[in-house]
Amino acid sequence: MNLLDLFTGRSEAKKQPTKSEAPSHWIKCPSCQALMYYKEVENQNYVCPKCSHHLRIKVDQRISMLCDDNTFVEMDATLKPVDPLKFVDKKSYVKRVEENVKKTSRTSSVVSGECEINSIATQLVVFDFAFMGGSLGSVEGEKIVRAVERAIEKKQGLVILSASGGARMQESTYALLQMSKTSAALAKLAKHKLPYISVLTDPTMGGVSASFATLGDIIIAEPGALIGFAGQRVIKQTIGSDLPDGFQRAEFLLEKGSIDMVVNRNDLKKTLSDLLKMMLGK
Amino acid sequence: MATYLDFEQKIKQIQEDIITAEVRHDSAAAEILKKELDKEVSKTYKNLSAYQQLQLARHQDRPYALDYINLLLEDKYEIHGDRHFRDDEAIVCYMGYIAGERVMVIGEQKGRGTKNKLKRNFGMPNPEGYRKALRAAKLAEKFNLPLLMLIDTPGAYPGLGAEERNQSEAIARNLLELSQLNTQSVSVVIGEGGSGGALAIGVADKLVMMRYSVFSVISPEGCSAILWNDPTKVESATNALKITSQDLIKLDLIDDIIDEPLIGAHRDKEGAAKAIGDYFLSAIRELRELSDEERLEKRYKRLTGVGAYAE
Repeated sequence: MNLLDLFTGRSEAKKQPTKSEAPSHWIKCPSCQALMYYKEVENQNYVCPKCSHHLRIKVDQRISMLCDDNTFVEMDATLKPVDPLKFVDKKSYVKRVEENVKKTSRTSSVVSGECEINSIATQLVVFDFAFMGGSLGSVEGEKIVRAVERAIEKKQGLVILSASGGARMQESTYALLQMSKTSAALAKLAKHKLPYISVLTDPTMGGVSASFATLGDIIIAEPGALIGFAGQRVIKQTIGSDLPDGFQRAEFLLEKGSIDMVVNRNDLKKTLSDLLKMMLGK
Repeated sequence: MATYLDFEQKIKQIQEDIITAEVRHDSAAAEILKKELDKEVSKTYKNLSAYQQLQLARHQDRPYALDYINLLLEDKYEIHGDRHFRDDEAIVCYMGYIAGERVMVIGEQKGRGTKNKLKRNFGMPNPEGYRKALRAAKLAEKFNLPLLMLIDTPGAYPGLGAEERNQSEAIARNLLELSQLNTQSVSVVIGEGGSGGALAIGVADKLVMMRYSVFSVISPEGCSAILWNDPTKVESATNALKITSQDLIKLDLIDDIIDEPLIGAHRDKEGAAKAIGDYFLSAIRELRELSDEERLEKRYKRLTGVGAYAE
């Protein structure tokens, strides 16, 4: 390297995209602080190879990780939110939806469809936390109900992977009533004796936790996932003291008897297909 | 001592003048004042802002569930406890008679005065409260009693114990079970309908609201803090959330508005109780015309038909 290279290198460095735009090739585990090459983390489905901490994973990868190759067929992708209340806070709801559609290339926080999990045909619903915090609104509720109805029609099991801050405030009472809407549909599924497995991922809170996410025949959580009804800040304010370590984490819920199992993401596919097989008697 | 809100001050003045006139046996003056009162009530209450309605819904003189239960129910017995943990006094359950009709009533109960507020946990149920409610609902189903649920809560209690005992499950289970409970059921928002904690006894054949009650996904205070990042935007949040009975009937999210006296339940408890009783009895008559299957199917369609989306 000569002096000139050094200078051109510097000017090139200036042309580099800013930090926020650049794809980071290194990921730091928020738990053990280990620095890992992104491919390595991706290959492990975003489970830290050093400490098994479960990082958030993109929906597409989640789906390909769970479904047999090329078996996932998305349904109801054309459902779009409207703005029944003309809701405006610091921004309008319409604007927020636009921004989130741009960010995620999706029109809702739910991706739903049919797939095969180790050859078992299943209705799958996956929440995308990147879309408005995975919040539950009319579109999300409708997609879940339609998935339930397809499961009944085709005599299949249903798997919902939740990741949500709760009901979507911008849809107000419409959002609130999605809780009873989805729960009523699950009551119907139960009458048909079809299995519903609820998988709680980080985080599953509020109106989602207090409706379909907690109504699984079997409830599985990912390690370390934050799961609860009330937010930690609200609880802290209410009780006026700090919260115990591990409060509202998956392991805490298991200990309290609120869920059936905590399963490593890399074992999830087998766990789901084994359970579905048993419950469906296949 | 009755409490008057800012916008009720003129009404308070006229009411005091009427009392003075009556004490003086000046019936002519009292008559004139009463007419003036009617005019003032109609002027004030027909033009309430959403924020004023929120204040009325939370008014400390507004009848609570037990006030209605005491006014409406005869030969009543209270049902206690969830049979697992303890009796949650933020929810009360009673069996009794309304106009000779056997009924089960479940209500979220706030308290008056510091001691009672604490006893009732400010109307914020713990999981055992919702589980008690479900037990009462199942009793109603078993013995074919129509079910009246009175909603009045800022929300389900956000506490350590509530989370440990699975508040989420208690609410979710009620949503599922009440959606298919085989008896005629009516849920009435009598004051504050706060989020999932309200909805947990809000799944019924009919979901209705008293004229000055509110029903929302989050408290306007919470919404203001989160979406505006500013705790002082409560009035804006109240408007944006569309929480009044008039808003929600227009959006077709509730079935009816109960014709609470125009002056408000807090000034006419008996009138408000009668309005609830009359509505409930006529709703039950109407629902009895359907077979069990028809009624449950209608409820299912109503519950699963809610949503605003494009396709």
